[in-house]
Amino acid sequence: MSKSSLKQTLKDLDTKKISIRELNQDYLKRIKENENLNVFIYFSEENVLKQIDNLENDNSAKKLKGIPIAIKDLFCTKSMPTTAASKILENFHPTYESFITQKLLDEGSIFVGKTNLDEFAMGSATNTSFFGNTINPLSKENEPLAPGGSSGGSAAAVAADLCLGATGTDTGGSIRQPASFCGVVGIKPTYGLCSRWGIAAFASSLDQAGIFSHNVEDASILLQSIAGFDQRDSTSAKVDIPNYFENLDDDLNGKTVGIPKEYSIDGTPMEISQIWEDAIKVLEKKGVKIKNISLPHTKYALPTYYIIAPAEASSNLARYDGVKYGFRSDEIDSLDEMYENTRAQGFGREVKRRILIGTYVLSAGYYDAYYLKAQKVRKLIANDFNNAFKECDFIVTPTAPSAAFPLNEKQNDPIKMYLNDVFTVPASLAGLPGISIPFGKDKNNLPLGIQILGKHFDEQQVFNAAVSLERSYE
Amino acid sequence: MKIDKNTINKIARLSRIKLDDKESEDYIKDLNSILDWVEQLNEVNTENVEPLSNISSSILPKREDVSNDTNSSEEILENAPDNLEGFFAVPKVVE
Amino acid sequence: MNNLIKGEKYDWEMVIGLEIHAQVKSNSKLFSSSSTKFGSSPNSQVSLVDAAMPGMLPVINKYCVEQAVKTGVGLNAKINNYSVFDRKNYFYADLPQGYQISQYKYPIVGEGKVTIDFKDGTSKDIRIVRLHLEQDAGKSLHDQNPSKTYVDLNRSGVALMEIVSEPDIRTPDEAGMYISKIRSILMYLDTCDGNMQEGSLRADVNISVRKPGDEYGTRCEIKNLNSIKFIKQAINYEAKRQIEILESGGSIEQNTMLFNTSTGKTRPMRNKEEAHDYRYFPDPDLLPLEISQEEIVKIKSSIPELPDELKNKFIEIYRLSNYDASVLTAEKQTSDYFNKTINSDSELKKYAKIVVNWITSELFSLLNKNNLDLNNSPVSPENLGQLIKLISTNEISGKIAKDVLEDMFSSGKTARQIVDEKGLQQVTDQGEIEKVIDEVIAENPKMVEQYLAGKDKLLGFFVGQAMKLTKGKANPKILNELLINKLKK
Repeated sequence: MSKSSLKQTLKDLDTKKISIRELNQDYLKRIKENENLNVFIYFSEENVLKQIDNLENDNSAKKLKGIPIAIKDLFCTKSMPTTAASKILENFHPTYESFITQKLLDEGSIFVGKTNLDEFAMGSATNTSFFGNTINPLSKENEPLAPGGSSGGSAAAVAADLCLGATGTDTGGSIRQPASFCGVVGIKPTYGLCSRWGIAAFASSLDQAGIFSHNVEDASILLQSIAGFDQRDSTSAKVDIPNYFENLDDDLNGKTVGIPKEYSIDGTPMEISQIWEDAIKVLEKKGVKIKNISLPHTKYALPTYYIIAPAEASSNLARYDGVKYGFRSDEIDSLDEMYENTRAQGFGREVKRRILIGTYVLSAGYYDAYYLKAQKVRKLIANDFNNAFKECDFIVTPTAPSAAFPLNEKQNDPIKMYLNDVFTVPASLAGLPGISIPFGKDKNNLPLGIQILGKHFDEQQVFNAAVSLERSYE
Repeated sequence: MKIDKNTINKIARLSRIKLDDKESEDYIKDLNSILDWVEQLNEVNTENVEPLSNISSSILPKREDVSNDTNSSEEILENAPDNLEGFFAVPKVVE
Repeated sequence: MNNLIKGEKYDWEMVIGLEIHAQVKSNSKLFSSSSTKFGSSPNSQVSLVDAAMPGMLPVINKYCVEQAVKTGVGLNAKINNYSVFDRKNYFYADLPQGYQISQYKYPIVGEGKVTIDFKDGTSKDIRIVRLHLEQDAGKSLHDQNPSKTYVDLNRSGVALMEIVSEPDIRTPDEAGMYISKIRSILMYLDTCDGNMQEGSLRADVNISVRKPGDEYGTRCEIKNLNSIKFIKQAINYEAKRQIEILESGGSIEQNTMLFNTSTGKTRPMRNKEEAHDYRYFPDPDLLPLEISQEEIVKIKSSIPELPDELKNKFIEIYRLSNYDASVLTAEKQTSDYFNKTINSDSELKKYAKIVVNWITSELFSLLNKNNLDLNNSPVSPENLGQLIKLISTNEISGKIAKDVLEDMFSSGKTARQIVDEKGLQQVTDQGEIEKVIDEVIAENPKMVEQYLAGKDKLLGFFVGQAMKLTKGKANPKILNELLINKLKK
């Protein structure tokens, strides 16, 4: 499988080496060949062909004209139904286009389909979807692996080369962890860089959209296309978006990398510690100063996250009540019956679990002990990073504590599943940008990921460090 | 045990999610183990720490008071499971 | 004043607090840009945000924030530089998000007070706990279909100011005066249109009863009252209900009540939200609302004269009583009308009390009879001023002036025109009046005898006869004097 990069494809389209139709038919073919991976919740060849027709009649120059992109099915799209991988959004056809998908459409990209995810982005294996598991394209025969989650469909779509890039969302690691599992690049930008308008909310103070791609250069091109201020999102940041791609610079000489000691966790597989060390060595060779730093509240990030995210989710998901859109139960003797049955039948087990825990931690008598406490610890975690970034330009850690695990392995123990996010959650709580790039393999030849974290809105530094590591690894 | 049958019923009711007995049992178990696990936050001294609700440091943006929304009622009702005479319809409520 | 009400066994005191919901007078909603126009077809003013579509986010209306600050200033209240929007979580058919965005821990406006004025010249302060901004819900219609409730989201998301009072109110009348006063302040500030019929202003009433001096009793909340009449009725009914229970040895269950406007009775809501637990928490889609001192100063400087300031000014300049001045300033249109009337002629300033009376009794009763209000009065302030001038200069008598006003009201003519056309000028010429008196004396010799024999009361009879002959135009003072003199002779 020789994967063409977005950068190269844009050139080939520009020089007419390949037409938009030829390009996309190639991707359509692969999508149909890989149906067994269950990457897409919505795929329609007809829909894609129609988009090709439209673009062929469009003479204007567009930055991503004809580029096949996969969209996580959490983004509301006018031309395709939107489900959030939940039964409760059955037959929901948005009459509006999310900010980010609109930007991608404006740039001329082609949406190949809506990718699978954990229901409402709650999960780490894309195994809580109402539409079934997605299979990691790197799985061996008879041993299906999880693609990670929640944006597992998007990560798998890029890994299986079913598109040149994909959108994802990351609340506690939902882009970075599946990128690591599938051996692709995934960036979660700074909270507020990309508008949340039109993305079904999971946890509003943490949700952030981002990009999957084959390599760092492609990610830098795509992120620039989806970033930017949106007046319809009150948490959207008014910052200038640099041309990340043009500014890419793999010369890190004189920079300082922070290595947090708290990320050395007992029980982390040897191979993961190994690639971390390898990455540090590479950086050292490039003239980067290595600085051991401390993020003392790291171990409290997961429990903090698993109070805050469910609390916000319990409220964000109250709108799914069978009144305005989506699924409504047949057992509706009264309004309350309608609510209780609709939500019992419409939501899956993990979503219900998080709604219940979120309701509990916000309820009278428990708010201070759980929710308020978690918000305070979150402040301490954010402070940790602020202090650390006084001494370094970026931070390097592993992305996930393991390589892709077999499908369904961790399903029965929620806490064990939550531990997948141990390296990604702290930066989410602090709203920092983070990228995962493939860096080395484990003993089963499965890819492992390195995570690079940067200062708020310093995506450029994150890309620079990432491209530098990527080029040295290639 | 923090969550018992009563508590789970109460929060399921607040969440408007009907649970059967088996599910209640399962969630009691899950929630208790999660709550035991998050208990470790009590080790952290948070005296004089301001709670953090949103990471954004900017100020709340405000819009001008202009009414320029153009959605039609058809558009708003398009996805409704039940709509009649221009209204959303739900089972009858007795106040 | 005795505020107690009698039960079968004891005297009781009511303890009342009001939560007033005032719709901010704005073009668009609090967090979305759909229109707030009243009376549009169902679900025609609903944005994607109002309908809580997936991924929709709130953006606050700057104007609504300013109106809340303005109102806070009008309530003599503390404006908070920092406030927070919280989510109040509960399920209801007309609450599309499953939560209402409100302010819980940190409201935009803190403690304040308003003053209510009684007829006897005394007044009382009612303390305000807070004012906060929140979203209105949609509307549920239960009587359109035999098996279904209909939901209209046009109101969903409209900006409300909730004004919460301390339980300082002791009688239904005070409650009525308090809400009138709040309404008056809102209308002077133009932050709410004050239209209770359309629901722009409505109140939840918290009421308990106690024996004087006792601790507060358990209270019940009567929801969503939209007229002052209903507020008073509901309080009266509910207080009696509570007293009956307490006097028969029962206890009050804390409850949310509905008031039935046709029976005049309260009853507990059937659909009790068992154990309210709203799980308030800061809305993560919004950042804290910060208002700088400069902004507050700027808003303060834009505030017009408020009823209490105006009242004090009227008392000072025109020597009006506290009560007269408070009646004049209760509604902006009244004080505006008064100002225009009294300023229409420099002479009128000396007759302020007469001006007040002519506006608040004569003109008001004509308006009432014709179902009009001051804004569409057929008699302009200038014309009323002219009429009062005619009275004050003795050109016409007060009695005739009443007929003239009625004529002005129906014909639209000026007082001058009517008086000239009908020849209604007072007769002040001594000779003319003496002539009439002579006539009356000549025609009633017996009566004159009786009068002279000491029956003083007959003077009225002679005055009446003389007035009859002059068609009421004789100047009463002159007539009286001359009559007494003539009779003596």
